[in-house]
Amino acid sequence: MSPEQWTRPENEGTTGPPAATAAKPTREQVIAGLRATSEGGADLVQLLTPEGQRVEHPDFDIDIPDAELRDLYRDMVLVRRADREGNALQRQGQLGIWVPLLGQEAAQIGAGRAVRPQDMIFPSYREHGVAWCRGIDPTELLGVFRGTDHGSWDPNSTRFHLYTIVIGNQCLNATGYAMGQRFEGKVGDPDGEATMVFFGDGATSQGDVHEAMVWSAVYDAPLVFFCQNNQWAISEPVERQSRVPLYRRASGYGFPGIRVDGNDVLASLAVAKWALDECRQGNGPVLIEAFTYRMDAHTTSDDPTRYRLADEQEAWKLKDPIERLRVHLVREQIADQGFFDGIDAEADELAVRLRNFCFNMPEPPPTRIFSEVYAEETPQLVAQREDYLQYLAGFADEAIAGGVR
Amino acid sequence: MVAPALKSPVAPVGTQTVTIAKALNMGLRASLERDPKVLVMGEDVGKLGGVFRITDGLQKDFGEHRVLDTPLAESGIIGTAIGLAIRGFRPVCEIQFDGFIFPGFDQLVSQLAKLHFRSQGKLKMPVVVRVPFGGGIGAVEHHSESPESLFAHVGGLKVVSCSNPVDAYWMLQQAIECDDPVLFFEPKRRYYEKSELDPTAPPIPLFSSRVVRVGSAVTVAAYGPMVRTCLDAATAAAEDGQELEVIDLRTLSPLDLDPVFDSVRRTGRLVLVSEAPAEASITSEIASRVQQECFYSLEAPVLRVTGFDTPYPPSKLEDSYLPDLDRVLDVVDRSLAY
Ligand SMILES: Cc1ncc(C[n+]2csc(CCOP(=O)(O)OP(=O)(O)O)c2C)c(N)n1
Repeated sequence: MSPEQWTRPENEGTTGPPAATAAKPTREQVIAGLRATSEGGADLVQLLTPEGQRVEHPDFDIDIPDAELRDLYRDMVLVRRADREGNALQRQGQLGIWVPLLGQEAAQIGAGRAVRPQDMIFPSYREHGVAWCRGIDPTELLGVFRGTDHGSWDPNSTRFHLYTIVIGNQCLNATGYAMGQRFEGKVGDPDGEATMVFFGDGATSQGDVHEAMVWSAVYDAPLVFFCQNNQWAISEPVERQSRVPLYRRASGYGFPGIRVDGNDVLASLAVAKWALDECRQGNGPVLIEAFTYRMDAHTTSDDPTRYRLADEQEAWKLKDPIERLRVHLVREQIADQGFFDGIDAEADELAVRLRNFCFNMPEPPPTRIFSEVYAEETPQLVAQREDYLQYLAGFADEAIAGGVR
Repeated sequence: MVAPALKSPVAPVGTQTVTIAKALNMGLRASLERDPKVLVMGEDVGKLGGVFRITDGLQKDFGEHRVLDTPLAESGIIGTAIGLAIRGFRPVCEIQFDGFIFPGFDQLVSQLAKLHFRSQGKLKMPVVVRVPFGGGIGAVEHHSESPESLFAHVGGLKVVSCSNPVDAYWMLQQAIECDDPVLFFEPKRRYYEKSELDPTAPPIPLFSSRVVRVGSAVTVAAYGPMVRTCLDAATAAAEDGQELEVIDLRTLSPLDLDPVFDSVRRTGRLVLVSEAPAEASITSEIASRVQQECFYSLEAPVLRVTGFDTPYPPSKLEDSYLPDLDRVLDVVDRSLAY
């Protein structure tokens, strides 16, 4: 597939400025286009309609065995349940904050299941579903939000980088990693390596993301930019970040950009697989815009009633990623009631396990402040730690709980 | 130092009890009313009123062209504020959290700080950058940092920090009227602490420090969120018969150290308190200047209570990381022990 094919919108000329006679869209029309939530359209890859109907796509049709369809459903249900439990734990004061993924399960599971073990992933902070696909147990995410650590999983062995909170930073880090894959000759055959980086629609405004696209293009980095356009950056709608659909930006950097229905797990999987293969073969980078919607608040500290319209949310409810796969599984008799009940029971167990884990998480000792600051410890920090421990020892007669005074 | 007299003060609204957050909101409102060239800009400052609601209601009353929800890019916010300032506007930028100022660091340091100097005064840079800073709110990474020393180190920038509602109200308006770029550090964990505010009472000069509690045993100097901690420590020390003199530094660049020198000459002792890491910081600078100016008056070395020279830890450890009343008192005792 040639890049042009995926970067040229149908209604635009191929070269040069638009003809003087062509009507220029108004500002309102441009914004309406950005926020359009209608299905289909030439620039939205979809394989499963909101009604659960399987549809064909000329370039991205994939054959997914029944067992895999059931697995995708299971992934989404369990991840949603873990997410809802995270929200509840925050409400109960067990977590300082939670970043919900509600509504974005299909984009994350589709992308996450497309990635192969040899690939590397750079997440933002909402990628609980991708973490799940990487074999990271949801309990391992809790420390970040409870404030006991900055990410307890091993980024080397899981090939899932730590969550990145500064918007856009991870895109350049991912670019560098992917450059390394290329420098080491790990691309150019079907079993090669690739990297995928996750970020939001708001992030596309950051210089880092622009720079990452420039660098990855000029070094042919095997990098898939996976933008979850959930329509909002906290209170700011996507039109506060762009005047063109985000996937089209790729053409300015010289690589393909594709918009996929982010609430369609099959399409997300198919497009992500294709993009990763392009990278493995040495044809990367690729930008994927997963067109989706953040169904919950930005975080548990946010108040979306201040900026969001209720009917917008209602409209998106009808596109729920889990419901549409469920309907499909039922209609095609791929799964029966027993299967769904089994998954629900599994989800209940996961929620209980997560809760209990959270209640019982140990608090880190004060010495953690000083440990692993440098690969080679400095005498100055050793002295600071000694001083501080001595100071704490002065309170020895007072109650010491969990190592923290 | 001379106070920038505020142009056409706003109508008095009577004394009221307000939080720091509310006082900042009132200060912004007064500035927007007073001068049509004042702009408020940043992420989520419009409809949402900012994540801390400091800009609450301003876009509704002043419109989208005075209170701008910007794209999500800090370099963009500060870089465009510079251009707007060249065009005669007075932008007040909000950086959502301390840890997110770094994408804008280049514009702050390379352009904002230097343009007045490079243009030999032909370009004025009346830009305020508001930064909610410091820890103690149980937040995730990058939401609890104290990067103020980095900016104090840069020639061409001015750096201030308020510690109470009255200062919040006045200092912000004074900063907006200042023709130089001002980094305005707000003690986010104190946003909801209250005091009485009389908008008709005259403000003290922006770039001045202030003795906030008189005492004779040890001088304790702090700024922003640590002022309250030091005042609490002083109350506790008084119960043990030790009177601490507490100074709110208020301005970090330029530093106003005369009140500190005067105080140290009387007490002979100085304890500096800050959440920021100690090395190469504002407190290092003050310690150096005080030993130079007050060498013969000192009865003890200048001591410091600070955060550690590490990245800010996960929030469950911030009680250990942040100086608290006990750590301040411990170091006060050490000072007295010399
Ligand atoms: C550099 C930086 N600036 C500001 C923030 C505060 N912040 C956290 S998330 C967010 C919105 C991000 O929106 P988007 O990129 O669309 O991702 P989403 O959260 O919607 O997935 C903002 C402004 C930040 N984390 N980093």
